[in-house]
Amino acid sequence: MLTAPVLNYSLLAPILVVLGGALLGVLVEAFLSKAVRPAAQLAIALGTLVLSFAQIIRVRNLTSLTAAVNSVTIDGAGVFIQGTILVLAFIALLLIADQDNFAAQASAVPGSEEERSAIATGKIQTEIFPLTLFAVAGMMLFPLASDLITLFVALEVLSLPLYLMAGLSRRRRLLSQEAALKYFLLGAYSSAFFLFGAAFLYGFSGSLSLNGIAAAITGGQGNDVFLLIGIAFLSVGLLFKVGAVPFHSWTPDVYQGAPTPITAFMAACTKVAAFGATLRIFYVGLSAAQWEWKPIITVVAILTMAVGAIAAIAQRDVKRALAFSSIAHAGFLLTGVLALNKSGLSASLFYIVAYGFTTIGAFGIVTLVRDSAGEVTDLNRWIGLGKKSPFISGMFVLFLLSFAGIPLTSGFIGKFSLFNAAYETGNITVVVVGVLASAVAAFFYLRIVVMLFFTEPTNDSVTVVIPSIMTRFAITFCALVTVVLGVYPSLLLNTTQTFANFLK
Amino acid sequence: MTTSSNLVYLIALPLVSSALLILLGRKADKWGHLLATLVSATAFGIGVMEFLAMHTRTGAARAATQHLFSWISVGSFNVDASLLLDQLSICFVLLITGVGTLIHIYSIAYMSHDRDRRRFFAYLNLFIAAMLLLVLGDSYLNLYVGWEGVGLASYLLIGFWNQKPTYATAAKKAFVANRVGDVGLSLAIMIAFAQFGTVTFEGVKAGVPHASGAAITAIGAMLLLAAAGKSAQFPLQSWLGDAMAGPTPVSALIHAATMVTAGVYLITRSNYIFDASSTARLLVVIVGGITLIFGALIGTAKDDIKKALAASTMSQIGYMILASGLGPVGYAIAIMHLLTHGFFKAGMFLGAGSVMHGMDDEVNMRRFGGIGKLMPITFATFGLGYLAIIGVPPFAGFYSKDKIIEIAFNAGGTKGWILGGATLLGAAITAFYMTRLVVMTFTGSKRWDEKAHPHESPILMWLPMAVLAIGSVASGFFFNSGNSLVNWLAPVLNSRGVEGGAELMKPIVVSGLALAAVVIGVGIALTKYRSNVPIEAPEDVTIFTKLARKDLLQDSFNEAVLMRPGQKLTAGLVKTDTNVIDGLVRLVGAIFIGSATALRRIQNGYVRSYALIMVLGALALIAMIWVVTL
Repeated sequence: MLTAPVLNYSLLAPILVVLGGALLGVLVEAFLSKAVRPAAQLAIALGTLVLSFAQIIRVRNLTSLTAAVNSVTIDGAGVFIQGTILVLAFIALLLIADQDNFAAQASAVPGSEEERSAIATGKIQTEIFPLTLFAVAGMMLFPLASDLITLFVALEVLSLPLYLMAGLSRRRRLLSQEAALKYFLLGAYSSAFFLFGAAFLYGFSGSLSLNGIAAAITGGQGNDVFLLIGIAFLSVGLLFKVGAVPFHSWTPDVYQGAPTPITAFMAACTKVAAFGATLRIFYVGLSAAQWEWKPIITVVAILTMAVGAIAAIAQRDVKRALAFSSIAHAGFLLTGVLALNKSGLSASLFYIVAYGFTTIGAFGIVTLVRDSAGEVTDLNRWIGLGKKSPFISGMFVLFLLSFAGIPLTSGFIGKFSLFNAAYETGNITVVVVGVLASAVAAFFYLRIVVMLFFTEPTNDSVTVVIPSIMTRFAITFCALVTVVLGVYPSLLLNTTQTFANFLK
Repeated sequence: MTTSSNLVYLIALPLVSSALLILLGRKADKWGHLLATLVSATAFGIGVMEFLAMHTRTGAARAATQHLFSWISVGSFNVDASLLLDQLSICFVLLITGVGTLIHIYSIAYMSHDRDRRRFFAYLNLFIAAMLLLVLGDSYLNLYVGWEGVGLASYLLIGFWNQKPTYATAAKKAFVANRVGDVGLSLAIMIAFAQFGTVTFEGVKAGVPHASGAAITAIGAMLLLAAAGKSAQFPLQSWLGDAMAGPTPVSALIHAATMVTAGVYLITRSNYIFDASSTARLLVVIVGGITLIFGALIGTAKDDIKKALAASTMSQIGYMILASGLGPVGYAIAIMHLLTHGFFKAGMFLGAGSVMHGMDDEVNMRRFGGIGKLMPITFATFGLGYLAIIGVPPFAGFYSKDKIIEIAFNAGGTKGWILGGATLLGAAITAFYMTRLVVMTFTGSKRWDEKAHPHESPILMWLPMAVLAIGSVASGFFFNSGNSLVNWLAPVLNSRGVEGGAELMKPIVVSGLALAAVVIGVGIALTKYRSNVPIEAPEDVTIFTKLARKDLLQDSFNEAVLMRPGQKLTAGLVKTDTNVIDGLVRLVGAIFIGSATALRRIQNGYVRSYALIMVLGALALIAMIWVVTL
């Protein structure tokens, strides 16, 4: 007799709603006429996210280990991360809604007659919306998953749509397709590492669940070699997703090639989800083996901060520069993983929110700086933009200052509380490197400020296009969050403190 | 401690109104001044109601607090944005909103020809909000926000007519001098936090007995520096005279009645600090004593009616500072002089404004003369203020200044004789320059241009002057009867009556001496200036007059001692910076850029290289983990 597993649909509702919305989007893509499709897709996507967020609000204080037969854990930190992903995805969708950025027909050969006629006749596909929702669903499952199989499934659910989305840029399509292929190949490669690590951990503990692995580590039975190899390979898979050195190489290429709104979505939401899962795995599953993995994660964190900050200096493309900046931020966030206590978790939660909004805002502005051939990402052509468009440039400066961790921005509070938590646990090396890396990164951010505002503009045709109302809202909202969390951080700090707990 | 939910409106209403007037721009030109005045009057109404409510409460329940929000919460550093209305702050609330409202009303008429009247009222409301925050904050940090806010409002209003470069310069000068003081306040706050771990008044007060004497003295000295900046006391006094560039109502409200007295508030509010450090107290009386003579001397030689009044303000605040430096006997007296001064000096400034209004903005007293007959109401109200400031009984200034002279003598020993002598001398000089001012302006022969047509000001202008004149007449008697103000403030200021200390002289003798000094001062001024005032200032004057005309060389002193060495120091530092520090920075930068370029080479775009890096990375991880667990 086969007994069906008992699922707690009420607790799983936030994820199920998003999956449902994505399926609805697929149907709409197939059956609705092209005239109403973009509006309908956008409405479905945004509505789905709102509905899902409402479910989050409903379950926010509930906890459960058995919502889906021990494979999904509902707890404070998980719910907080889910909510963060939803809000960030909502803002990113407002950028994605600007269809001008995407290939009319993904299957058309770049530069072909077919492509031109598709654009001319308005035969534009809108599969980007359901793809986004599928990715969001995976991202929401990833940080809740509490066994290795579910983790892997969630990882793939969130990754596969992203591979496609990265290749959908309307302009510079070859670069975009190259990025997508690279991302796919290396992603598959890292997934193999992840699976390999999972297999070793199963071999060590005889269990796939994080709690089972934790119990096996504490129990002291099992082959330690399996455990160590398992930890190392599992880490490779996770560190690849968060973009940590030396598994970061894909990041600049993919961030540069992908359509900018997708880059914003990846940089913010993927990183949040990946860190959510990383935090859970290390806090819940592997915390008993911390003396084994802490040194290597420390080295990775230090390398990531240093390489991210230093490599950013030499970049001449704004998207690549922001990619390296996001690598440096992954390093900062790893210090939160190392803290391994409640204040570290709380600081990490604050940091991902602060980082997410600032990132989407910064990439949002990149979508606006264009010439006749589309976005201009060459930094040298941004020189003097502050004189032409002081308001947009000012906002960009705000985001850069937040990345640099200047007071009165959310970035400062985030770094401060994160380093503070790391310092409390005695991990002083990481803090010192973190502060130094911040200083190096500040050099790079301030250089852009100087370029924008204090260098005479050359005769160049770069202009800032008038943003659509949705893009305008998205950027303004991100700027607002950046400032408000910088001036009045207790607004969020109290919440992250309440939610900073993993159910074991 | 009572909690109240109304305190926030005192600050919020003028703040919102100010923002509204600025944001709406010219759209609010028609009604902006009315809204601002209404808001100020409403704040006064709230103040009166709070006062009446406080009056019915007794003991510790008199003080009211309101918690607004938790402002800063970092580790052990917690600051709440909370308001505290106690017996001391209510005095200020009523003064600020009361005099403030009168001056709003006056300004409606005074500024009626100015096309930027709305902006003027927006700044006035901003000032009211900031000043109320200053006196209502329950911690030094909250006070600091208001402190900076009034500095901003003062800067904006001094430079209100910034189309004249000299006025803009005056605003800048005030701002810079104030910054020096502000550094003092921020240092005081930092020391207090380092010592006590808190910056609330209550917390600091509780911590004082356990703190080191040196720290207390340092806090006291830094608070004094702050007070000197804001209240134009020696050695940061030089900005006040130039601040008269602002419209006259501003001079009356900010640079006479309220903002410049914030230093006195700060010192009396921090009485527990000064009670614990005799050195800090000594510094305070020295600063107060020097300034009161300094200001008075400058006042004797000024021909600009507003600058003469400004010098007088400086001198009178010197009295207050001196009184507050005398410890528990002095705090309440300082506040009493502050309040009576608020009435009579604001009244006289408005009177001066009224004269200027009738004389086409002429400020040179040598071109006035005989205006009293043509502007009887202005003359009468100004005259009452005059009688109050020189200390003729029973006018307001008599009670407060007489008390200060008395406690100065009672300070004991040589110190008592020096301080008492200084206050007495100050009283004589005050009588001299104020008589000179009144005689040159209101009596004697006409010396003005044919074109000027002095006329009495409209009711909107003379009514506030009349109200303030009533205060100049009666407030001293009211505060003094039954020691009411001293007793009222006692719970906050730890103050005791004048009778508390050892007496050097009987009070009646002190009053006699003070009156004699006044008579001498008035007498000399009358004989010198009753007639024959030359239209051009005579050049064949003594060196002392020349010095006084040049503000006792305060600007030359600042230039020689501070500005030029400062410029040299800056030039030197710039050199070091470009050669040594920037050189190092460039070197570090070059190293990083070099390594960044090297990193770029690894990032070659080939998937196979990336995959190889990943494998090597994974192997490195395993190797490391192996080494760690060995």
